[in-house]
Amino acid sequence: MWGVSTPPPTPIDTDLPERFVAWFAARGWRPRPHQATMLDKARERRPTLLIAPTGAGKTLAGFLPSLVELADPAKRPRMAITGRGVRRKGIHTLYISPLKALAVDVARNLEQPIAEMGLEITVETRTGDTPAHKRQRQKYDPPDILMTTPEQVALLLSSAEAPDLFGSLKRVVFDELHSLVTSKRGDLLALDLARLRRLAPDLVAVGLSATVKDPNELAAWLVAQTPDAARAEADIVTAPAGAPPQVRILEPADPEGWRIPWAGHLAVHAMPAVLAAIETAKTAIIFVNTRAQAELVFQELWRINDKSLRIALRHGSLDVAQRRRVEAAMAAGGGPNGLDAVVATSTLDLGIDWGDVDLVIHVGAPKGASRLAQRIGRANHRLDEPSRALLVPANRFEVLECEAAIEANRAGAQDTPPIRSGALDVLAQHVLGCAVAAPFDDDDLYAEVISAFPYAKLTRAGFDRVVDFVATGGYALKAYERYAKIRRTGDGTWRVANPQVAQTWRLNVGTIVEMPMLKVRLVAKLSGPVARMGGRILGEMEEYFFETLSPGDTFLFGGEVLRFVGIRETEALVARAHGKDPRIPSYWGGKFPLSTHLAERVRGLLAEPAAWGALPAQVREWLELQRDFSRLPRPGELMIETFPRGGRWYMVAYAFEGRLAHQTLGMLLTRRMERMGLRPLGFVCNDYALGVWAATDLGAAFSKRRPSLDELFDEDMLGDDLEAWLDDSALLKRTFRNCAIIAGLVERRHPGKEKSGRQMTISTDLVWDVLRSHQPDHVLIEATRADAASGLLDIRRLADMLARVRLHLTHERLSRISPLAVPIMLEIGRESVPGSAEEAMLREAADELIAEATGR
Amino acid sequence: MSATLLLRTPGDTIRLLDEELVALPCGAAFWPATRTLIVADLHFEKGSSFARRGALMPPFDTGATLARLAAIVAATGPTRVISLGDAFHDDHGPVRMADADRERLADLQAGREWIWIAGNHDAEARGDVGGTRVEEISIGALTFRHEPRRGAIGEIAGHLHPAARVRVAAGTVRRHCFAGDGRRLILPAYGAYAGGLDVASRAFAGLFEPNRLVVHLVGEGRVHRFPAPSIVGARVSPGGTARPRASRS
Repeated sequence: MWGVSTPPPTPIDTDLPERFVAWFAARGWRPRPHQATMLDKARERRPTLLIAPTGAGKTLAGFLPSLVELADPAKRPRMAITGRGVRRKGIHTLYISPLKALAVDVARNLEQPIAEMGLEITVETRTGDTPAHKRQRQKYDPPDILMTTPEQVALLLSSAEAPDLFGSLKRVVFDELHSLVTSKRGDLLALDLARLRRLAPDLVAVGLSATVKDPNELAAWLVAQTPDAARAEADIVTAPAGAPPQVRILEPADPEGWRIPWAGHLAVHAMPAVLAAIETAKTAIIFVNTRAQAELVFQELWRINDKSLRIALRHGSLDVAQRRRVEAAMAAGGGPNGLDAVVATSTLDLGIDWGDVDLVIHVGAPKGASRLAQRIGRANHRLDEPSRALLVPANRFEVLECEAAIEANRAGAQDTPPIRSGALDVLAQHVLGCAVAAPFDDDDLYAEVISAFPYAKLTRAGFDRVVDFVATGGYALKAYERYAKIRRTGDGTWRVANPQVAQTWRLNVGTIVEMPMLKVRLVAKLSGPVARMGGRILGEMEEYFFETLSPGDTFLFGGEVLRFVGIRETEALVARAHGKDPRIPSYWGGKFPLSTHLAERVRGLLAEPAAWGALPAQVREWLELQRDFSRLPRPGELMIETFPRGGRWYMVAYAFEGRLAHQTLGMLLTRRMERMGLRPLGFVCNDYALGVWAATDLGAAFSKRRPSLDELFDEDMLGDDLEAWLDDSALLKRTFRNCAIIAGLVERRHPGKEKSGRQMTISTDLVWDVLRSHQPDHVLIEATRADAASGLLDIRRLADMLARVRLHLTHERLSRISPLAVPIMLEIGRESVPGSAEEAMLREAADELIAEATGR
Repeated sequence: MSATLLLRTPGDTIRLLDEELVALPCGAAFWPATRTLIVADLHFEKGSSFARRGALMPPFDTGATLARLAAIVAATGPTRVISLGDAFHDDHGPVRMADADRERLADLQAGREWIWIAGNHDAEARGDVGGTRVEEISIGALTFRHEPRRGAIGEIAGHLHPAARVRVAAGTVRRHCFAGDGRRLILPAYGAYAGGLDVASRAFAGLFEPNRLVVHLVGEGRVHRFPAPSIVGARVSPGGTARPRASRS
């Protein structure tokens, strides 16, 4: 696993203990320069951020200092006498990973060198799967090195044993730090780190990260911030990048090969070529963007797998035993018990190096330059050899996106998002957690909280509001003093009011809120008034999706057109429907949008015909057709095409701001168009464009400037319209529900507790309505709006775009659909979980549209 | 009476036996012949009832519900107000009620008959909140009680929190509603934190004659009348399809 088989060009003097030198030597290894530097930093007790590509031995660099220190008997934690007897004195190194599977894998891999060197070091994991008795034992007899997840750290910190457990903690190692800090989990972890620093004054924090846009931010996240002082940062150690990767886009070998699809995300057309590529590799990883894609790509590869290649599937919802089998096979590489390829959704699943992976195949859009670089890096086992990667775009826009990503990769460009500013709902959870652990002094806790980087700018007033919220709800109407969860006592500290508060907190810890899901059950065709029961379960979908449907609506699921019948208990009843156009499109949940950086590069590529030489001939022809028929969007403008089709009038805006921002824009635009009498009927969006259709001639209206495009796209839609829409939007209510759960206002739905009856719950939608009209500045409303602005609705990105394109809106009034508009038009009626029927339908629909657009 | 007439909106008449009632957009019903205002399921102090058990819900629900009640009392000028039960979310509700809210309630009760029908949530309610407490009451041909009784005729009840999803041009809309078939009327829940239950759900089975069911959805400034065929899910209901779901409005 350590992947250090190539000696560095110059010998490194590391002052390694004898046992370690011998162990390295026995393998013909030598520590790499950055590993040696990490040892030096550890000796100097400097907090350090290691930026390293995969395969650089990042994990060893993180743990080597702990192993060296623990190997020295003088530095081992001593036994201590406590009230309950003799016991070990706490954890030496805490390792925190975003995934429990990763914690387990790293622990397993650490045991090997420890055993081979004969070190007396104990390593244990602690996750949600760890048996209760073991978790209990770990509290009074902890291992030297504990591998765990952010939620477990929060739970341990809330226990009475926390001071003993963590008091002698020397190092905390955050693995995959770049991915931890982009979510509310990162906020909670930053607060927990601040707490650890207080409990363990000797603590040194170490972060392991892939290459990011702003490493200094991550370095600051690792260390305590001081108000009014310059930003403090950990030292940064950067492992040298390996040889530049060889990345290419999969193209038909001859011009008569397959057609690159106009829309869709499945790339089924390319699977024979993907299979051929797998044959050339020892072991290949096939990355996809969604779970549905993973299932489908895997299925399709198996279908055509006539050479009996050993291909496996690995994603988060598969059961643990199967994941373990796949991992074991991957570790065996391309050998007799190994694998030829694995289909996977997430790089996090693959935080450790596996076997002889020498090819990464990326199916679908890369979405971001850094994201692609991290995935490509998984093939990088020997830093002096280039990684090989093959990009498989699933449609024509994705070809442009892949090309842009390759350029970005060549330039070393990064587009990881900036670190979030800390969420208030997460802080509320943490504050109560602190009280659960022990009474706290609010001055001390405030100082501690603002030492955490995401909360460094939190004002005292803001903090006090959160404490007030935790205590009595934070309401302007002071009605709940007697029901306070925490109370200020005589000595000025805040204490938990009763044991139930602590128990409820423990059951609800964490920031990951599961969506309520409904099982989808197929029932026989309706005959008479009663739907017959007993059909088979097709899968699961979000409850919110079904709330937007009315019985009779059709939608696609599992490759079939289904008709919604009704909801019964926790199931959505559906029947098979006939007809090729499902009425309701659903969104691809969990798909994150095209990065601003890649979007800019795609726009640049479109506007620069000289650069089209790198593109496959079919894509080049498509762009040329567009240029001749309409024109290509120029950088800095927002091009809008209008055209009639099938008795309706369409408008396509090429905004390139990603699906989320387009969705918000679509909501706001159609609202405004409605008011302007343009009679909009619906809208659809993808990462590149937004399409709206209406019952009036939009082209004619814009030409007469009734309204003008400037009026229609005026930024003021982000004012009252946005407020009005937001307040009533299901998205915002869903966001509020998440914040309410994280902040502890509402309990999570625990399995088995769902049927609590209607008098036992209050709909968070009703709470939202009452709260926003009576106390619009409440801390949870603020938290909800902050989430909406940055996350789900991407309002900030939309606002930037609207400001940028002001007076740069251009209108192309066309007599029919343009070639560039075909992909977005094909999105109409798309489904969330694709299957084989979809491809056939798409092909059929696509052919019609293409014939129309090209006049052939 | 004139005040009532000014409030009339199209399609807001509900017939119950030979009586005419007015469905008001706030969710209350007015019986002009007896100048009686009727509300169901106020669920006062639901927020504090949750707070008592550790969920500190915004405590504005009682005030919000009272404000809507005060507005409709002022607009209709009733000589009698009937609360159809579950006026308080739990038996201790009256004790927890804030003094300001208690005074506001007393002001509303001044100069008129005020009848509290007992509900399942407040059957043993403590504390003095004025008015007269009864299990049920009959006025003329109409009987007022909390929980609808199967087979009853001329009944006005609450308890079930009716809501309906109806088809409209651009999809469907779900709201709290009045549900009646000419022999029985069930009022929507009036309380700010009171959710709704689909009239298509099992709990309503057997209460209405399916073909004569009419719902009046509460709306902004008016109610919207829909006959049974417009109600989503009504067709598949006898076996029970919908489950209790909280309303959005």
